[in-house]
Amino acid sequence: MNGDGEELTAQETALYDRQIRVWGADAQRRLSKAHVLVYGIKGTIAEFCKNIVLAGVGSLTLIDDRPITEELLSSNFLIPPDENIYNGKTIAQLCCDSLKDFNPMVRVFVEKGDLSSFDVEFFGKFDVVVVSCCSRSAKKLANEKCRKASKRVAFYTVDCRDSCGEVFVDLQDYKYQKKKMEETIECHLKYPCFEDALSVPWRALHRRMSKLYFAMRVIEKFEEVEGRSAGDVSDADLSNVLKLKKELCTAQSLNESHVPDTLLERLVADTTEFPPVSAVIGGILGQVFYRSSWFTR
Amino acid sequence: MASSIIKDAKVLMVGAGGIGCELLKTLALSGFSEIHIIDMDTIEVSNLNRQFLFRQSHVGQSKAKVARDAVLKFRPKINITSYHANVKDPDFNVDFFKQFNVVLNGLDNLDARRHVNRLCLAADVPLVESGTTGFLGQVTVHVKGRTECYECQPKPAPKTYPVCTITSTPSKFVHCIVWAKELLFSKLFGDKNQDNDLNVRSSDAASSSKNIEDIFEHSKDEDIGQYGKKIFDHVFGYNIELALSNEETWKNRNRPKPIYSKDVLSDELDKQNGDLDNDNACGDGFSVSAMSSLGMKNPQDIWSLKENSRVFLEALRLFFTKREKDIGNLSFDKDDQLAVEFVTAAANIRAASFGIPLHSLFEAKGIAGNIVHAVATTNAVIAGLIVIEAIKVLKNDIKSYRMTYCLEHPARNTLLMPVEPFEPNKSCYVCSESPVLLEINTNRSKLKDVVEKIIKAKLGMSLPLVMNASNLLYEAGDIEDDMVAIYNANLEKVLAELPSPVTGGTMLTVEDFQQELKCNINIKHREEFDEEKEPDGMVLSGWTQPVAAAENEDKSVSNGANTSDAPITEVEKSENDDDVGIISPVKKRKLPDDSDKSNTADDERHHKKLQVIDDEDDLVMLDGNLDGFKKRRVS
Repeated sequence: MNGDGEELTAQETALYDRQIRVWGADAQRRLSKAHVLVYGIKGTIAEFCKNIVLAGVGSLTLIDDRPITEELLSSNFLIPPDENIYNGKTIAQLCCDSLKDFNPMVRVFVEKGDLSSFDVEFFGKFDVVVVSCCSRSAKKLANEKCRKASKRVAFYTVDCRDSCGEVFVDLQDYKYQKKKMEETIECHLKYPCFEDALSVPWRALHRRMSKLYFAMRVIEKFEEVEGRSAGDVSDADLSNVLKLKKELCTAQSLNESHVPDTLLERLVADTTEFPPVSAVIGGILGQVFYRSSWFTR
Repeated sequence: MASSIIKDAKVLMVGAGGIGCELLKTLALSGFSEIHIIDMDTIEVSNLNRQFLFRQSHVGQSKAKVARDAVLKFRPKINITSYHANVKDPDFNVDFFKQFNVVLNGLDNLDARRHVNRLCLAADVPLVESGTTGFLGQVTVHVKGRTECYECQPKPAPKTYPVCTITSTPSKFVHCIVWAKELLFSKLFGDKNQDNDLNVRSSDAASSSKNIEDIFEHSKDEDIGQYGKKIFDHVFGYNIELALSNEETWKNRNRPKPIYSKDVLSDELDKQNGDLDNDNACGDGFSVSAMSSLGMKNPQDIWSLKENSRVFLEALRLFFTKREKDIGNLSFDKDDQLAVEFVTAAANIRAASFGIPLHSLFEAKGIAGNIVHAVATTNAVIAGLIVIEAIKVLKNDIKSYRMTYCLEHPARNTLLMPVEPFEPNKSCYVCSESPVLLEINTNRSKLKDVVEKIIKAKLGMSLPLVMNASNLLYEAGDIEDDMVAIYNANLEKVLAELPSPVTGGTMLTVEDFQQELKCNINIKHREEFDEEKEPDGMVLSGWTQPVAAAENEDKSVSNGANTSDAPITEVEKSENDDDVGIISPVKKRKLPDDSDKSNTADDERHHKKLQVIDDEDDLVMLDGNLDGFKKRRVS
């Protein structure tokens, strides 16, 4: 028995048997008390949602007011391609219906509204906030609100284009345990906030920093400058994107070879997600959630 | 993203479980439209935490069929053919395999994997293999003639334990489990005609064997409570006293303590007998449970010796009163609650006797049932990687093939390690037609020993054919009546006395038509074999020996037939490593001869093969020393 007091029900023990053998009953209990908010649902986020619902997260709240489009259908396995079903409903509503089905023990809710319309108190209700399909400034604002909340709210962002993907995680002040040889050592990490992390001068970054990081920053900047919504770029924009890249590299005193044109070309030409990559990134983000939820509070 | 290469491809998936569900979903989303899927299993509750195509209402139904139906819901226009069958079925022959552009495995046992490997080689169809356990996983690519086949590198065989460790000198909890499961449970509830080592003792005492047998017999009018205590006292009390009488055994070991029911349950002698009010009288055999009956709720609790003893006696009583018809036919099944309770209790009492720490039912069940721990995310990641490799294979993008290992913890800031495949192993008897050598006493060993222990067990053939030059000595499978008698007679003959004598220097040809595998066995006669190290009197060499086989090569007991092999051979897990070359499937065959000089040039050549591929197509580059976190270093 543990400090939490409540035991897992027989139903939970039976259903979660195989994963309890990975992380123990205690961790399972903590996971099942976690509340997660997800904003913006495409293929990768759908994968992430599946992963946390299957594992028995306490609750999942979905926000995505967009109606269904061909493109959104193509990478999302949660939505049946039947007009009779999806007509008139938002993405969040459709995903909610499917996800509830995956695990009746998890409560799944839908909220409506633009990300910026939610206040600090709202974000404070959650243990994890996951943001996707929005601009850098929207992400920054959301992260700040999470940090202002009265309890710790973890913050993740996800952005997948073509067969690439980028994930950002902010666990604020994070204490965890690590096993080294026979000992358990206490570790402590201080995560930088979203804006601080992205503001690091490019030259100061790790020598082997992924080229994708820089490419994403260029496209992000392009979308911001042009007033485009996230993901709204195409082939036609390539030459302007490449021009912007030159400018940014100069401003950052970074050799252009760190941001290959071919990579930018790919990201601009095809903004749809590649399902295998969505599965991989959604899976890894799911693991981030599992492991960080073991040490809540 | 559905280019015509993907759209026109015909893909075979073997397995519709953890990896299979994720894989089928990802294939469908990626534009694959012609998929066949084979799985012989039905859905269980414990699958539902990750096999997301299944629901509670599907429990008991075919995995392959339900997976198909679920995916068609979001991709109604693709073609999925499901087979609720065993991939080893002869219907899935080389011609069947030949119709596919690529085969994708999502299996959970070594036997089936070897089988599929052979069929893919025979059909010349590329194979993408995979496996997961907890947070660990891997994907490997096998293309005939270009890369290693699945069997070129040794794979871990199921763990076995020496008989004497199980029967007399256990030192670990698993030994107690094996004893409780394979010996005691079998003796009480299994086939009475089977040999059972339960009463094996290192010294004599053969004389009283008849009396021992009588103890296990339950006579009709014998009170079940009394019977239970009699058994308890015999196996935990008397047998231990007997073992203690052999001083030699305990010279360098801790002596076990005999345990008698009256000492453990002194205040409850009459509590259990005929306590009919406590029974779950629900008629349904499988919901009978000693824990329920005793009011014990938590499978994670570690019971005291007293509680274990109560469970032991109550479980035994329930078997004999509620499940009489099962007795004599039972083999241990991890999903049989009462069996798990009995085995846990018995193993714990034995453990208590030998000073080994006790375990909860939850833990014991995992060990006894060879349960593989699993989470949804690893399967999702691996499935994504499988599809990526499959597409490379379809495009014939040879230089891009990768073996990818998914680590439990990031090493060198990377969670996924891609490695270039190795070339085929020239000594692999499966893909390189390399002969093997069998040392055997041709005057003493029989053909049936060779067939069972070498050809089937070690070489992994299911329906072998054995020839000496052009003479057919034995053939399995559908045989004409007049040949059956001849083959059976041959099996019983000593090698040198076969119609076509097999002696030193003979080369046997063995074939399995279904696997389309042919192998030559060179026979070398040897008079003597070490009884302890070579108890079978046969030594096979030149084949890829599985690693970590028996603890010693003694006559050994394994932890049940249903073993799931670990997917990864020996991935070294290091927390703070700075080296490349972390991931290396066990022994690297291609070591240069002067490897012990280890000069930098060699190291580089060495490392070149194992270098992490760092190009723009990095799947994941993680920064930071905690799993999955992209933490920027603010300098």
